[in-house]
Amino acid sequence: MTTITSPAQGGAIQHANYTTTFAALASYEKGGVELIADDARHYAFSNIFDVASTMPAWDRVAVAKNWEYVLETVRAEGTSPWFTASHDEFAICMDAADGEVLVELVKLDMPIATDDVEGAVLVDGDPVGPRMGRIRLKRGHQALLPKGSAYRFVKDGAPGVLLIQTIGGELTQYRWAEICQTV
Amino acid sequence: MTIQLDVDRSADVNVDGYHTFKLGEFTFRRDEFFVYIDWPTGSHIMSADAFLRALQRDVAWDFFYGIVNFDGIFGTVNHYGTVDIFAGRYNESYRKAELDYSETVETPVIRETFEAVLSDWTNQSFDPFASPHETGSAFGVKNGDNDAAVTRQRVAAERMVGLPGDQQPRSDEMGYPVNRMFADVDQSEPVVEVEPGFEDEVAAFSLFAYLSRSDVTWNPSVVSVCKDSLACPTTEEYILPIIHGNDRVEWFIQLSDQITWEVEDRDTGAVRSRVVMKAGDVCAMPADIRHQGYSPKRSMLLVWENNSGAIPEAIASGKAPTYPIEF
Repeated sequence: MTTITSPAQGGAIQHANYTTTFAALASYEKGGVELIADDARHYAFSNIFDVASTMPAWDRVAVAKNWEYVLETVRAEGTSPWFTASHDEFAICMDAADGEVLVELVKLDMPIATDDVEGAVLVDGDPVGPRMGRIRLKRGHQALLPKGSAYRFVKDGAPGVLLIQTIGGELTQYRWAEICQTV
Repeated sequence: MTIQLDVDRSADVNVDGYHTFKLGEFTFRRDEFFVYIDWPTGSHIMSADAFLRALQRDVAWDFFYGIVNFDGIFGTVNHYGTVDIFAGRYNESYRKAELDYSETVETPVIRETFEAVLSDWTNQSFDPFASPHETGSAFGVKNGDNDAAVTRQRVAAERMVGLPGDQQPRSDEMGYPVNRMFADVDQSEPVVEVEPGFEDEVAAFSLFAYLSRSDVTWNPSVVSVCKDSLACPTTEEYILPIIHGNDRVEWFIQLSDQITWEVEDRDTGAVRSRVVMKAGDVCAMPADIRHQGYSPKRSMLLVWENNSGAIPEAIASGKAPTYPIEF
């Protein structure tokens, strides 16, 4: 096999082409913590795709927690319920399974999550208010889920995976013992 | 009002063309290959390129969260208003021999001094932010400067990249070409349909395309903000030039490729673990460790921080645990 190379600025030789490795629900490989003198639980090591592979669609499972703040993994499959929050949230599409995840946004006439409520809450029924817009996310795209809005996701076809930056709330599920490396 | 501080720098340059600097009782000199640090109870020598790469991060991050170890001997501790500059403080042998030393200085004083050192000691051939494949040599006698590179501003979105009035996605036109190791990363942006009146709230951008155009390594930049929750992704290649000692728990989410982290006890340097992170892996870095990362191919890493000023004291006083979750 011929290796194509190109000169680097410092005079070394490097490959002319590199392959970036992303993971997906259909293809991921976990690393891990190699313990020398520590407890694996202190690292809460997990994998977003591993977590999403066994969870029901649209459950919000925390994979990271820093005081009140969390990162939630969501298996995107079908149409989600409507959610809302009193603060901004953000969704990163980690896997769109060669498709896209649709985000629908509605400005609520009356806020459902008051300012003292943290984390996402469910909207009962269809949201009441004007449409704000729609966003089509592919892998690596990030969207604002603005405070005071109602939002839902639609993922047709094979399931995808979302990572949501938010605050822990009534919908956040903590399954550390199930998802994390413990030994 | 900008206060002009006096930097204690030698009037003349040495035979290699570099100034010598003093900060408190610390003295900093460099020659063609090395940096020499002296303090009342000892001295230390570092390779000039390793020192400048570490100094670049310390300056650009305004001393970051917690401890920035330049190596196992020398570094800084951020107290968010003052900074400790130390030698041997987090090295068990130095402490036992009572050779460790530290001074506390006002942040503007150390900032001004370190910026002056970085400017004076970085030659035009060297970019301390770049991977070894993307820069020339740090070594040799004084040869111009590279102030354009060493004064890059750390990018910090106020709400999210792509919103009107906030940081914008990178492009060729803005001077951010796709990095050679991310040439295969999809550059398409999300399709956003906005109803009139909601232009300031309906927004999205391609995080992966944004990162593929980063011109620096090991330099987290804020892309989204939920109160004190900061998403700080970064692109990594070769070795993290510092050993970061945590004063709070931080989280890593590997977005692409692979990084290996060597994790040591923050105070003694004793080895605690090695963490191998592949795409999709999530791992906390406890608040009582120090870590250094190795990335064999340029990779994308989401560093997730809690910016609350209350955390370091809560952890230092024992009111909060050093690890993130009890389970």
